[in-house]
Amino acid sequence: MSLAALLVLADGRFPAGGHAHSGGAEAACKAGRIHDAATLEEFCRGRLHTAGLTAAALAAAAALGLDPAVLDAAADARTPSPALRTAARRLGRQLLRAARATWPTAELDALAAAFPRGAHQPVVLGLTARAAGLGPLDAAHVAAYESVSGPATATVRLLGLDPFQASGVLARLAPELDSVSARAARAADRARREGPDALPAASSPLLDIAAQAHADWPVRLFAS
Amino acid sequence: MSLTVAGAPPVALRTPAPPGPVPPAPPEPATTPAGVRATARIAAVADGRGATALPLLAGEGPLALRRTRGTGAEAGVMLVGAMSAPLGGDHLTVEASAGPGARLALASAAATLALPGRGGEPARYDVRLTLAEDSAVRWMPEPLVSVRGSDLRVRTRAELAPTARLLLREEQVLGRSGEEPGLLRSRLTVTRGGIPLLDQELACGPGAPGGWDGPAGLAGHRTLGQLLVVDPAFTASPPTAAVLGEFAAVTPLAGPAVLVTALAPDALRLREVLDAACRTYGW
Repeated sequence: MSLAALLVLADGRFPAGGHAHSGGAEAACKAGRIHDAATLEEFCRGRLHTAGLTAAALAAAAALGLDPAVLDAAADARTPSPALRTAARRLGRQLLRAARATWPTAELDALAAAFPRGAHQPVVLGLTARAAGLGPLDAAHVAAYESVSGPATATVRLLGLDPFQASGVLARLAPELDSVSARAARAADRARREGPDALPAASSPLLDIAAQAHADWPVRLFAS
Repeated sequence: MSLTVAGAPPVALRTPAPPGPVPPAPPEPATTPAGVRATARIAAVADGRGATALPLLAGEGPLALRRTRGTGAEAGVMLVGAMSAPLGGDHLTVEASAGPGARLALASAAATLALPGRGGEPARYDVRLTLAEDSAVRWMPEPLVSVRGSDLRVRTRAELAPTARLLLREEQVLGRSGEEPGLLRSRLTVTRGGIPLLDQELACGPGAPGGWDGPAGLAGHRTLGQLLVVDPAFTASPPTAAVLGEFAAVTPLAGPAVLVTALAPDALRLREVLDAACRTYGW
C-alpha cells in the first residue's frame, strides 16, 4: 500500500461531496441530543460502532474484490431508511466520478456502467481504494473515519463548536477507529469464504428514524 | 409464570386459555452442564380444502406448543413458556415452515425473559422461518425482556419465496421496571428469493459497543421494536415513507416490504405504535 495514496483518499478536501452530509448530526443537534463536545463524542462513538462498522466492512469487502453487485444488495438490506439509501447512492456516484478521474481503472468504469444511478458509497469506496493500490484494512479505516469525521465537522458548523474540541473528539476515538477497522477487515475476509452474511449489519434505529424525519425538513443545511 | 413488564399489564395473565384438549407434556430437553438445548418444530401445509394443517407440531422443554383456534385458512400456534427461559447457557430454537399456500399465525403466551445463568455464559435464541410460494406467516411474539445480568443472542432468519407474505413483530424491553438491562444482541435477516431484503443487528446493554444508549443509540429509551411486512403487492403499490412522531418511522425497503421502527419509554406505548402500523400494513 501507499501511505500517501491513503492520505489523498481520506483527505476531507478530496472532491467526493461528503461535506454536504452531516451523518445524522444536523437532526441530532436540532433535537438537542448533540449540544457540546461530550455529546458529540457519544454520538460519533455510537455511529462508529453501528453504521460505521457496517460501512467499513462493506468497503473492505469491495477492496478485497468481492462482487460489487452482491455487496450493493447487502448494503441495501442494511439500509432500511430510503432517505439514507438515496444519500448513499448519491455519495457513491459523486465518489465514483472523482475516483475515475483520480485513479482510472477498468474496474471503476465497469462499476459506473453497472450502476448508472450510483452504487452505495462504501462499495465505491472499497473499489476506489483498490484502484489506488490500497488494501481492505485501508478501505475500512477510511470508511470508519468518515463515519465520525462527517458529524464532527458538521457540528462545528451547526453549533459553532470550537474546532479544536471537534478534533479532540476525533483523536479520542482513534483507538476505537482502529479496532472497528480491524474487525471490519476480518469480517470482509470471512465474507470471501462464507458469503456476505458474514459482514456485520450493525444498525441504529434512532439514526434511521431521525434520517427520515430530517429528509422531510423544508430547509436544512446538510443533505443527510 | 407471572411477570410485569415496565408499564405493561402482567403479560402471562392476559393470555386466554387455548381451546381444545390439553396435549401431552413436551419431551424433556437435553440438559448439559452449560444449559438447556431445545428446539420447537412447526410445519404448516395447505390441506387442499382451503385450510392449513399442522403435520408437525413438536415442542421441547421450555418451548411448548399449543394449537389455537385459527381463522379462515390460517392455522394458529401458541408458544407457551413452560419454564422461565432462556437462562445463560441455554440454546433455544424455533423452526417453522409454511408450505405452498399455507397460512400460519405464531404467537407466544407470555413475554420471554432473558435471565442470567450461573456461569455468566450467553444464552442463544434462534428463530428460523421458511416460507414457500404463496404462503403467509405472521410471527407475533410477546416482548423479549432483557433482565439485569443476562446475556442473550437472538438470531432470527426468514427465507421467503418471491410470492410469500410475512408479518413479523419484534419488541425488546431493556430491563424490568426500573431495572438495568442485561446484554442483548440480536440480528434479523430476511431474504426473498435468495436476495437479502433486510439485515439488521442490534446490541444494547452493559458490554455492548460504546454509544449504545447515547445520542446515536437509544438516547435513554428502554423499549424498541419493529414491525416488518413483506408483501408482493407492494411491488405495484409501495407504501410511502412516513415519520410517526419523533421516535418512530415507516420505511419502505428496497424490495416489496415495509419496516416500522419505534423507540418508546415503555412496552405499552411501543405496542400502540406497532399495533397501529399492523392495522395499516398487515393483515
